[in-house]
Amino acid sequence: MRFAVVSFPGSNCDDDCVRVLTEVFGQTAFKVRHDEHDLRAPDAILLPGGFSFGDYLRCGAIARFSPIMAEVQAFAARGGPVVGICNGFQILTEAGLLPGALRRNAGLSFICEDAYIGVEGRETPLTRGVQGQVLRIPIAHNEGNYFADTETLTALEAEGRVIFRYVAPDGRRTAEANPNGAANDIAGICNAAGNVVGLMPHPERCAEALLGNTDGRRLFESLLAGEAQR
Amino acid sequence: MSTYSPEVIKRHGLTQEEYARIERTLGRTPTWPELGVFSVLWSEHCSYKSSRVHLRRLPTKGPHVVLGPGENAGVIDAGDGWVVVFKMESHNHPSYIEPKQGAATGVGGILRDVFTMGARPIALLDALRFGRPDHPKTAHLVKGVVHGIGSYGNCVGVPTVGGDVAFDPSYDGNILVNAMAVGVARADRIFLGRAEGVGNPVFYVGSKTGRDGIHGATMASEEFGAGSEEKRPNVQVGDPFIEKLLIEACLEVMSEDLLVGIQDMGAAGLTSSSAEMAARAGSGLILHLDRVPMRETGMTPYELLLSESQERMLMVCEHGKEARLIELVSRWGLDVCEVGTVTDSGRYVGTWHGETVVDIPVSALVDDAPKYERPLAPARRADNVHEPAIPVPEGEEYSAVLGDLLARPTIASKRWVYRQYDHMVRTGTVLGPGVGDAAVVRLPDTKKGVALSVGCNGRQCALDPRRGAAQAVAEAALNVACVGARPMAITDCLNFASPERSAVMWAFSEAIDGIAEACEALSTPVVSGNVSFYNETEGRGIHPTPMIGMVGLMDDASRAVPSAFPEAGLEVLLIGEGRPGLGGTEFLAMYDETPLGPPSGFDLGAQRRLIDALLEGHAGGLFRSAHDVAEGGLAVALAECGFGGAGLGLSADIPAEDRLDVALFGECAGRVVVSTANVAEVESICARHYLKVVRLGRCRGDRLTLRVAGQVRVDAGLSTLKARWSHGFEGAVE
Repeated sequence: MRFAVVSFPGSNCDDDCVRVLTEVFGQTAFKVRHDEHDLRAPDAILLPGGFSFGDYLRCGAIARFSPIMAEVQAFAARGGPVVGICNGFQILTEAGLLPGALRRNAGLSFICEDAYIGVEGRETPLTRGVQGQVLRIPIAHNEGNYFADTETLTALEAEGRVIFRYVAPDGRRTAEANPNGAANDIAGICNAAGNVVGLMPHPERCAEALLGNTDGRRLFESLLAGEAQR
Repeated sequence: MSTYSPEVIKRHGLTQEEYARIERTLGRTPTWPELGVFSVLWSEHCSYKSSRVHLRRLPTKGPHVVLGPGENAGVIDAGDGWVVVFKMESHNHPSYIEPKQGAATGVGGILRDVFTMGARPIALLDALRFGRPDHPKTAHLVKGVVHGIGSYGNCVGVPTVGGDVAFDPSYDGNILVNAMAVGVARADRIFLGRAEGVGNPVFYVGSKTGRDGIHGATMASEEFGAGSEEKRPNVQVGDPFIEKLLIEACLEVMSEDLLVGIQDMGAAGLTSSSAEMAARAGSGLILHLDRVPMRETGMTPYELLLSESQERMLMVCEHGKEARLIELVSRWGLDVCEVGTVTDSGRYVGTWHGETVVDIPVSALVDDAPKYERPLAPARRADNVHEPAIPVPEGEEYSAVLGDLLARPTIASKRWVYRQYDHMVRTGTVLGPGVGDAAVVRLPDTKKGVALSVGCNGRQCALDPRRGAAQAVAEAALNVACVGARPMAITDCLNFASPERSAVMWAFSEAIDGIAEACEALSTPVVSGNVSFYNETEGRGIHPTPMIGMVGLMDDASRAVPSAFPEAGLEVLLIGEGRPGLGGTEFLAMYDETPLGPPSGFDLGAQRRLIDALLEGHAGGLFRSAHDVAEGGLAVALAECGFGGAGLGLSADIPAEDRLDVALFGECAGRVVVSTANVAEVESICARHYLKVVRLGRCRGDRLTLRVAGQVRVDAGLSTLKARWSHGFEGAVE
């Protein structure tokens, strides 16, 4: 499977995504620069984490104007799988590919630690067959506090588009399990068609036994299984 | 011949004798920009004028040392064609004045020292010292420094994997911010800071130059007085986004054969980078200052030479390859501009719109900078100055004392700090903060691991700087050995008060000898480092704090061992020859803030044997956990072993000492708590290394029960103790 990992100035998880896809999963993955116009025919696109353009304005607000984003939009419109992780999720909301916005964490500080993520909602390229499980996946962000207006939240919930939620290790929703104040404990969502997915946790950081946690593998395996089916 | 007023000379941090020497060297009055150039390059910070005569006594060679001190960072061989590049540096003065930017630019500066060598940065660590937790400025400083480190490291995408935070009243007016960066490079792709090859062009790459940080190096070479907050304009402002672009641009440039030399513009900015590059190569340099990219209008040659604007590099390009360099750097949106040429004149020349404004022999600036053998006078040791009043608890009341110790911010969990640092980016962190005695990061493309530890016990150094410094090396080595890595080499950050006081200079000299002895004994040479003097305010200096950053290597990172008990039923052993004492302990500090002696005994030979025994045990996979006994003594160490991992308690008879509190809370170097499923083999290894082993029982349950001479002295639920430990730090700063 061919993965395009879009690299913006300030992206810092692009190498990690490429590494996991190639070395751990044996796939083809390559970086595509923000100022390019050709995605080089990928089967799926990853928008990686980092601080695109320094994130000095709203996170992702400048990245969405990059030339490559027109290609990402077109790819998404054709139904191609697009996954935005952390800053990638922020960029997808700024680009209008996903609804809502990611505000500053309620505690006003950067948080890097493991979070428990309940996988639920409809089937997406990233969560096929993983629904109902609780995964331990690290988060690392300053702006992960998901926000949307009431109508949007209601629609997301009704359509099963909340696909990742912060939960306690046993899967229950508790106030303490939500690290950043996100509305409805939302850690990740998908678009109406289900092919564009954004999440704050970093599955690429927990896909190898050496790093002490392999829960992230299941999401990548879902991605790969989906392509095999097509 | 006009000359400068004594006041102008003093403001430049120069003595009258030093100024006279400048006039003698030049045979004339220096121009205004020349005065600025001498001022920064002859500052203590850049010239090491008080420390150089002592630094020579440090061992810097070893079979695995590729490059020792003198370049931008030290380099050791990691095998398989890889080298590890690392250095630690202080940013104390700016961080006290403006904690967020001071700490952030400290991180940025040390990263540049590493990637300028051609290395990809893979880890950051920070050793921090703050004043007493209830000092009115402490909480503000802690928050600012941690925010600054986090905001820079997180954005630039280098994981902050470890560190060391401690509090003591001696740092009330002078905090310490020591940042260490570690990178990896291919052994045949190391770049040096040398301006070689007559006619080769000199390029300026990175951010434009502004007026920030002018005389930062001079500021770092003076003690603080009243109103030091007014020096805020001397503090640089960092931009981690630009740094990230600079890393990628430089590594891309260095992947092709374009450069002859490269150096970052750190302290003293353009001046020091260019002069040092010329000095190392024995060449000369001409710089056209008017071509330097400027952030604001009306800047003068003096300001351009002395600005410490961040995220700037100086590159010497091979003649004929300029176009490719410009193309590569421009793709990252960074300024790249030819500002000068390498010459063979041996002179450091600066021009301004065609007119020569600086013309100084290179040797006068760097190699022939002043050197002082300052007077040394032994400080009166604090032995038995007075007897501290320690209340003697009854029966099991030591449980409460243990809880109080665990809640002290120096001992308490540092989660509040490292939760704000991205310690996982680059997917190489095998043991992150709070997991092992040292951090472990994988060496890319191999199974190997790099183990990292920083620290120094300032109170022990106040009691005896020589033994304290040696102990800092030994402890850092022990931390690295605990996770299963062989200690290889150190970087140091020598934080002291004013060298103009003979007692301080004596402590410095003693500390150098202590480091040298320990490094010899443990075969861990010093490959890089930094000296920070003048950490004093209104005559009150910090404890001598020679911070040590240790780098170790292990063949298989997947075998890294944590600090805490991982599984119920394992046998817990105390290994080591150290005899604990109360001198300078955290326990004693609860009752008296003045470090009191005598310091505990310390035997470097036993340290070496302990490290060898640990590595032998690790090689056989015998240890499931290993944790050294440090601040707070054995009771604290055993509690800590139950806070992580499987959360297991212990019921143990611990060795009796002449005092009950010494048995529980006494400190000394060279004791380790391990858990194992194979006691007999561990005991036989220890016997071969002439090390004492005490069986403490099996880890299980959720209580910590400690008996001394058959009587229960500590008996507490782990959850109760953990609550104190978990909230102690946060409680102090929030």
